Amino acid sequence: MKISNEEVTYVADLSRLEFSEAETARMGEELGAVLDYVATLNAVDTTGVKATEHILNVQNVFREDEVGQSLSNEEALANAPEAESGCFKVPRVIE
Amino acid sequence: MDYTKLTLHETKQALKNGEVTSEALTQAYIDRIGAVEPKLDAYLATTFDSALEHAKAVDKAGNAGDGLAGIPYALKDNMCTKGMTTTCASKILSNFVSPYDSTVYAGLKDAGAVLLGKVNMDEFAMGSSTENSAFKTTKNPWDTTKVPGGSSGGSAVSVAADMAAFSLGSDTGGSIRQPAALCGVVGMKPTYGLVSRYGLVAFASSLDQIGPFTKDVEDCAIVLNAIAGYDHRDSTSLNVPKVDYTQDLTEGVKGKKIGVSKSFAGEGVQPEVQKAMDEAVAAYKDAGAEIVEVDFNYLDQALAAYYIIACAEASSNLARYDGVRYGVRAKEYSGLIDMYRKSRSQGFGAEVKRRIMLGTYALSSGYYDAYYKKAMQMRTLIVEDFNRIFKSCDVMLTPTTATTAFGIGEKTADPLEMYMSDLFTVPVNISGMPAISLPGGLDHEGMPIGLQLIGPALSEDRMLKAAYVLENAVSFRASAKPALD
Amino acid sequence: MEYDIVIGMEIHAELATKTKIFCSCPTTFGADENTHTCPVCLGMPGVLPVLNKKVVEYATKAGLALNCKIANFSKMDRKNYFYPDLPKAFQTSQFDLPICVGGVLDIEVGGETRPIGITRIHIEEDAGKLIHEGADGTLVDVNRCGVPLIEIVTEPDMRSAEEARAFAEKVRNILEYTGVSDCKMEEGSIRFDVNLSVKEKGSDVLGTRTEMKNLNSFRALERAVHYESKRQIIELKKGHRIIQETRKWDDVKGVSSSMRSKEEAHDYRYFPEPDLVPIVISDEEIARAKAELPELPEAKKARYVSEYGIPEYDASVITTSKVSAAYFEEAVAAYHEPKLIANWLMVDIPAHLKERELTMETIPFGPSALAKLVELIKSGAISGKIAKSVMEKMFEGEGDPEAIVKAHGWAQMSDSGELEAIIKQVIEDNPKSVSDIATGNKKAYGFLTGQVMRATKGQANPQMANQIIRKLVEAQIGKTE
Repeated sequence: MKISNEEVTYVADLSRLEFSEAETARMGEELGAVLDYVATLNAVDTTGVKATEHILNVQNVFREDEVGQSLSNEEALANAPEAESGCFKVPRVIE
Repeated sequence: MDYTKLTLHETKQALKNGEVTSEALTQAYIDRIGAVEPKLDAYLATTFDSALEHAKAVDKAGNAGDGLAGIPYALKDNMCTKGMTTTCASKILSNFVSPYDSTVYAGLKDAGAVLLGKVNMDEFAMGSSTENSAFKTTKNPWDTTKVPGGSSGGSAVSVAADMAAFSLGSDTGGSIRQPAALCGVVGMKPTYGLVSRYGLVAFASSLDQIGPFTKDVEDCAIVLNAIAGYDHRDSTSLNVPKVDYTQDLTEGVKGKKIGVSKSFAGEGVQPEVQKAMDEAVAAYKDAGAEIVEVDFNYLDQALAAYYIIACAEASSNLARYDGVRYGVRAKEYSGLIDMYRKSRSQGFGAEVKRRIMLGTYALSSGYYDAYYKKAMQMRTLIVEDFNRIFKSCDVMLTPTTATTAFGIGEKTADPLEMYMSDLFTVPVNISGMPAISLPGGLDHEGMPIGLQLIGPALSEDRMLKAAYVLENAVSFRASAKPALD
Repeated sequence: MEYDIVIGMEIHAELATKTKIFCSCPTTFGADENTHTCPVCLGMPGVLPVLNKKVVEYATKAGLALNCKIANFSKMDRKNYFYPDLPKAFQTSQFDLPICVGGVLDIEVGGETRPIGITRIHIEEDAGKLIHEGADGTLVDVNRCGVPLIEIVTEPDMRSAEEARAFAEKVRNILEYTGVSDCKMEEGSIRFDVNLSVKEKGSDVLGTRTEMKNLNSFRALERAVHYESKRQIIELKKGHRIIQETRKWDDVKGVSSSMRSKEEAHDYRYFPEPDLVPIVISDEEIARAKAELPELPEAKKARYVSEYGIPEYDASVITTSKVSAAYFEEAVAAYHEPKLIANWLMVDIPAHLKERELTMETIPFGPSALAKLVELIKSGAISGKIAKSVMEKMFEGEGDPEAIVKAHGWAQMSDSGELEAIIKQVIEDNPKSVSDIATGNKKAYGFLTGQVMRATKGQANPQMANQIIRKLVEAQIGKTE
């Protein structure tokens, strides 16, 4: 099975990745090969089997509503590729 | 006396006796790293100055050798360390300096362990050879033309080549056990939830687990003592009573049942690996254990389910690397969406992109039921299969990998072939159960063979006791050394 | 052709927790940009969420107050999309197993009661704020990221702008009463999204719907629904098709406009959040939470009618807000004149509040002061007219009404001797009024009363003044006859 160029492009768009034409074709083949292998799952009938919700059956883990230490503005922005006026800066977002 | 050649428990003794100071020990490791790092490329960053400072402080406090106090170690570069880079061996995080400490690192710091540096890995822990690092290819100390395994290749090599007394790695589908096997050291993936994941940069949240690389089984028990424990910052952390894993380690396996399965044998398994398995079975019989034949039904399905679950979770976990709050932003772009695309496309390597694509595909509209849901149902069946197996045996014995280390560049062209090297390790992550890999001998090329013991959830103590028996029978450290020096 | 309007609503309300949903950063409004952040809400590599206990408690309360079934088992999911206000590039929300399902809320419009179905309520996190300043970029403030929200989703059961408004007001009222949300519209802590379509009257076939997001006042909601339903009807009458889209409501221009430019394929790739564990609530816990619910507006209203004997209209106005209801109850407890107290709370006090840009939360005097004021009127110590002046002074911060009356010398003139002297003078000064009365023009009594009130600067007790005027005028007419 090969994933079509259109599908690869659609998924790339959702992933915010871009590929050249050659890369797109190759990605389609590689994904197809993995999905062919994944098809071994179809050999097992899972009708009515519960999907694993959580591997350990742990539930109800909560924290108390108590205020803790926040980062300073400088710490929060320390890794920012671009910052201005105490904020992260991105290319203009059109509303 | 070269203290870097000692095991962790021997080193503790030497520190306690006052034979060596932590400072001298640390200096010995620094010298060793200086000597062999150029050949092996294990470290991404070293912290020698602070390590020496820290070691001096431990010496001054006078508790070197208690627990991990004064012991030099290395961390996989996907565990956050405040004020240092945490890169995940990715270009996109090449400049990321964490504002906080991971729980494991904070715990080790408190315990007085001395951080030597952060070690190489496959980018975002995705890979089985450490060739997917954006920065360097780490070499196997037993043969530098071969891979050390992955993704925690740097962690395995740092211990195998005496560049750290122990190290931590992370295991999502075998990323501790497979490199431990390929490098001839002990590596453990604890039960999911036993060690906090807070501060471990996520690859696949429901599968990732931190664990130790050590020179022997007793060392593994000592390190596990230090890192296991409940953490309120990790909702999936297990709130269970503390266990001393060194307690009764030498108890033996008399009367215990060791399960072996034909699913982990046959075609594809290197004959010398099978021979090591047979010898291990014989050793267990000699030690008074009973060997039980068990079936594991879902080896291929476990790997298939693994790639869907791991990639789906990864596609979401890695979406945050968007060039907005941290990490590398592309230099040229036009507009926001293009900034995202260019930053991510330039920042991630090929394997990471492939897995993001696979995971996004599997979760995208119309495919969820066929892939993700099916894989999660498969997961339920695999857990049930393991539960059934552990009704008839105490631990299960398998090879860690079907073959010993492969050559650098040998499998990079075919992703699926690379994925197959996780076949024996992946079912354990799918089930959340613990497993340990330990050396089982050398093949004809002098490359280490790894054997794996798998136990039910929270059976680390039982597994370690069984591993201890096997370790003594194989007597690996006494007979083999990487031909580095 | 006539059309039916079909409206469904999604209401987002920020929960009144002290801290964010997954970390211990404070939720307080109006802090400097990016000062209420930590590695967790910044979506730093390696962080993990831990669910705030109060969020589950508040969502459960909201569900019970809106007559929903509380799920014994629910879980959190990830909704994946890229946007600069979403640090993790996924919103942690609930997809197929929300915490509350299947509620209903009755609304009353034009004397008719209509049940509005509530499909579900789920827990999720708020996004950050984008600041569009300057031409070269957009700034991102992460402070709001991770503030806990509930999203209330209704069935398409509303049929008019008035119903939509009534429903929205009632939900707000209930969330405020239960303490689940402070519902401050001006801080955006409650927002309304409207899904609207029109269909031929009586038809079973639903029309194509449009969505208007983030309407943040009742007035905007009502106007947006009016506008959009008219627009759709006009389009259909022209023979055009309605396009399914998100539309932006411009409250200044009073028009909605297409946001098609922003539309793209929505494929959110929901899957269970692996870093969080399921939420399990037992029937016992649900029963306990139900027992702990405070008295809701509906019940309060009924009690005010039966217990205090005030008209239903008054009761519903006063129970519109939790604060005014509490104020009313305290005032009545201090002086049992429910109707008189209700009058003040419905007419004069709201007018003063509006004029001074205050609210019931910031009113400068307490319920006991209002009770005292009513007592002063009732006892005849001051006139109703003077009372209005006293209230003015109370709003100016002069404090206790009794002290105000004393300080301004406003005590009512109830000394009949003193009053009689003044009235005698008034009658003497206005012989024409007396002769008018004598010739049968009884209206002139009113003029005389007015003159007396003027002469006493309003301090005369009006009943007493009237009696004396009549007595003296009649005596005088009798004399001349």
